[in-house]
Amino acid sequence: MAEVLSKGVLLAFLSVALGLSAMAKAEGVGDFVQPSSKAASVENCVEPTEYMRRNHFELIRHQRDETVYGGIRGAKHSLSGCVSCHVGYDSQGTPLEIDAEGQFCSSCHDYAAVEMNCFDCHATVPKGEAWNHEVAAVHAHPTGAAPLAATSAER
Amino acid sequence: MKNESEPTNQGRRDFLGAAAGLTAAAVAPGMMLHTVDSEAAAPTGGVSDAHRWGLLVDTSKCADGCTACVDACDQENGLNLQSQPLGDDELKWQNQRATWIRKVKLQDNLTGQVTNLPLMCQHCEHPPCVDVCPTGASFKRADGIVMVDRHTCIGCRYCMMACPYKARSFIHEQVDQKLTRAPRGKGCVESCNLCAHRLDTGDISTACADACSAEGHQALVFGDLKDPTGPLRQALAKKPNRQIRQDLGLNTGVRYAGI
Ligand code: SF4
Ligand code: SF4
Repeated sequence: MAEVLSKGVLLAFLSVALGLSAMAKAEGVGDFVQPSSKAASVENCVEPTEYMRRNHFELIRHQRDETVYGGIRGAKHSLSGCVSCHVGYDSQGTPLEIDAEGQFCSSCHDYAAVEMNCFDCHATVPKGEAWNHEVAAVHAHPTGAAPLAATSAER
Repeated sequence: MKNESEPTNQGRRDFLGAAAGLTAAAVAPGMMLHTVDSEAAAPTGGVSDAHRWGLLVDTSKCADGCTACVDACDQENGLNLQSQPLGDDELKWQNQRATWIRKVKLQDNLTGQVTNLPLMCQHCEHPPCVDVCPTGASFKRADGIVMVDRHTCIGCRYCMMACPYKARSFIHEQVDQKLTRAPRGKGCVESCNLCAHRLDTGDISTACADACSAEGHQALVFGDLKDPTGPLRQALAKKPNRQIRQDLGLNTGVRYAGI
């Protein structure tokens, strides 16, 4: 009788412990946003977080074709947007490569064991982003001898 | 071959034009919601066949020994970030590193006349590189810019063989440093895209033409071949000009005066 009871207690204890650890794990999984990144200061991603976790690649892949064939740049589902918002910074303010160990993209992809090839070709930190209207203003005269001043967009 | 492929291209162009229009409408309200990406480029309406971008090169103004356009292109498109593989022969590297624009020097052996000119992708209306590509990676945008979709390119290099202008480069090694506006990956082919990232954000200019003007040579005029009042058409109307290998009937977007 005493044995049965202790077994029951043990089981109950075990299930509680397992439950707790599973909860702790679940919290840990969502937590890959770098505190130093711009993303940490905004409420949610360009779409609701749950949606992004599951579908971000559908969005990126769709935007990819829009950009390559349609010339639509700087749209909200662009990969360069992901990088510029989610990239972490060290204490000197230098951006850390987003595919480096422990950084936003790689930490989740490592956990999920999904290989990521984007950064074989794409920039891992925001650097020399596509031109925007701020830069274009410097080139008020398209064929003129306007100086190529670096702006925040070019970094 | 050329004539056969034309209706296909036209259909695709219409389709893409429509697709681009739709997205512009769908994306615009989204842009308002978030200030996060306000730093990124503000999109234009996308590519349309209302334009066809091109260049006029005035070879009489192109200076011997000047490499302003080549250097500007290297900087603009991150080509200067390529590094020579360890232990690679210098000459081999110079032949293999990706270049989108080259200086070519011609000499007439009878008269001794020397001509300098920059040579880049000529943005053919009937591009052989597109005809031969087995995957459809090499394509022509609605606005006439010929590019490689490197997501689809398998690196077979048929297009490099087909191009009469030696305009394309192959990336042999993984490149460590890339610019956001100029992705670059091992195993893909790339070439001049007329600074598409500038055009797509509403800036009608190219790095090479800007640099040439800044040097005071004004040998390169960039503009819209479909705009009769624009700077390119004005310049083309004034100077006798031709296509390199005009006999091939490719109707290039880049024209040369003085050859
Ligand atoms: S110049 Fe060469 S790469 Fe450019 S469109 Fe013509 S064939 Fe293609
Ligand atoms: S190298 Fe790439 S772009 Fe060129 S023909 Fe092959 S698949 Fe097409």
